[in-house]
Amino acid sequence: MDAVFDNLDLYWSGFLRTLGICFWAMVGSLALGTLIAAFRVSPVPSLRWFGTSWVTVIRNCPLTVVLFFFAFGLPEIGINYSYYVLAVGGLIVYTSAFVCEAVRSGINSVSAGQAEAARAIGLTFSQSLTQIVLPQALRSSIPPLGSVIIAMFKNSAVAGAFGVGRDLYEVYRRLTSAEGYDFIPVLTGVAIGYLIITLTAGAILGLIERKVAIAR
Amino acid sequence: MSDMTVLYDAPGPRARRRAMIGTVVAGVILLGLTGVVIKRLADNGQFDMELWGPLIDPSHENFARVWELLGKGLAATLAAAAAAIALSLVLGTLLGVARMMLPGALRIPVVLWTEFWRGLPVVITIVIVWRFFVELAIDISWLPGSDPFWWLVIGLMLYNSVIIAEILRAGVNSLPRGQGEAARAIGMRETQAMTTVLLPQAFRTMLPALISQLVVVLKDTSLAAAIGLAYIEFLRRGNLLAQTLDNRIPMLFVVGVIYIVINYGLSRLAVWTERRLSRSEGELAAQEAVAQATTAGA
Repeated sequence: MDAVFDNLDLYWSGFLRTLGICFWAMVGSLALGTLIAAFRVSPVPSLRWFGTSWVTVIRNCPLTVVLFFFAFGLPEIGINYSYYVLAVGGLIVYTSAFVCEAVRSGINSVSAGQAEAARAIGLTFSQSLTQIVLPQALRSSIPPLGSVIIAMFKNSAVAGAFGVGRDLYEVYRRLTSAEGYDFIPVLTGVAIGYLIITLTAGAILGLIERKVAIAR
Repeated sequence: MSDMTVLYDAPGPRARRRAMIGTVVAGVILLGLTGVVIKRLADNGQFDMELWGPLIDPSHENFARVWELLGKGLAATLAAAAAAIALSLVLGTLLGVARMMLPGALRIPVVLWTEFWRGLPVVITIVIVWRFFVELAIDISWLPGSDPFWWLVIGLMLYNSVIIAEILRAGVNSLPRGQGEAARAIGMRETQAMTTVLLPQAFRTMLPALISQLVVVLKDTSLAAAIGLAYIEFLRRGNLLAQTLDNRIPMLFVVGVIYIVINYGLSRLAVWTERRLSRSEGELAAQEAVAQATTAGA
């Protein structure tokens, strides 16, 4: 295990980098996914159509293909950012489709009387959605949203495999190919890094679930 | 709230007009953006027939060869996905049953195993399998298929089997308690009750979830291309061809569309199965209710 202990600082910076990717992708995908979910239930047919196509196309496309598009397609149309930004963008777009479905399932779980009452007191669609339905929906979509976000944390490793630079996956590549350490101890260290992130996230999710769980 | 229209009234003439105007404005903006994208792609020569010819022009000298190779890549992807889901089903059932039936202390290793592989990114799992097999010189040449094929399949299996085990557990737990109790009451041993009463019913309710998992596996086979595993599946084949033909964007587009079409088909199949199963179960419940009502009346 010397490979790990000699390079703890490298692992630590890779760990932080992975956390950074996860954080920005989480913020972005939650925002974008909720917006698309609002599109999917809106009274405007063209918005519904857009939301449905977005989810259908992205959910059925491998993340690898999405990332290839971000890495090689966007520069072709003059959008040039660092691979880091492109990778986070790819993760946001990919995860937003799953966030949308989780939020939509939450919206479906809000009882019809709530929306009816909101309309009865004269709230408009956007008012009843943002003030009555979504706050309740987000509560009951926390379990599926949590699994979507944890899956995204794990997907950040795929972005790492594209060479985002200095994240946990990159630590593995650098230590084994450039510095010639043995694979097994290096990989064990990387695995522990990811397990710390996913297991902690799972525990936090469990806490939040218990906190906001409501009996219907 | 199964009925979405509860959220708003049927739009009247004014709302419809506003929606129409908004749609037109957004449509124009989107068209403009698409135009800019197309213009930039065209400026970069991405629409040249030189790049698209091998993919869409049957009379192109490379057309037949390119599609033959793409077909082989797709077959490789489907083979890996099929092998991975089949093996995951077997191992997942064993894990799920072990977690439900083993007594307390013996269950701990199963739980640890599950949490470990569930917490790791699949891409890391595949790398781990690949490197472990190479470093420890584990000989799998007696298996049909290449070594990288099995590294990919085993990596996918380790992850998906624990997911399937969890789906199976949820399926068994969703059954009415009376099922297991009745089986025990007529003298079945616990194993018998599990294999002849509980599992068959759980598999039935699991079927849609299993098909959805197949979509996940199919998408994840493309991870081989991301980590540079020497297994030439669909995406890797596309990338290799794109290097030779120098048409990365058109190739990626075609490959992406084919992935989406296949996975969309599978997703629809999952929805269809779910609807079919729930309908027949609903009918069954209805039949039972009718039968009860008749006997009660008689």
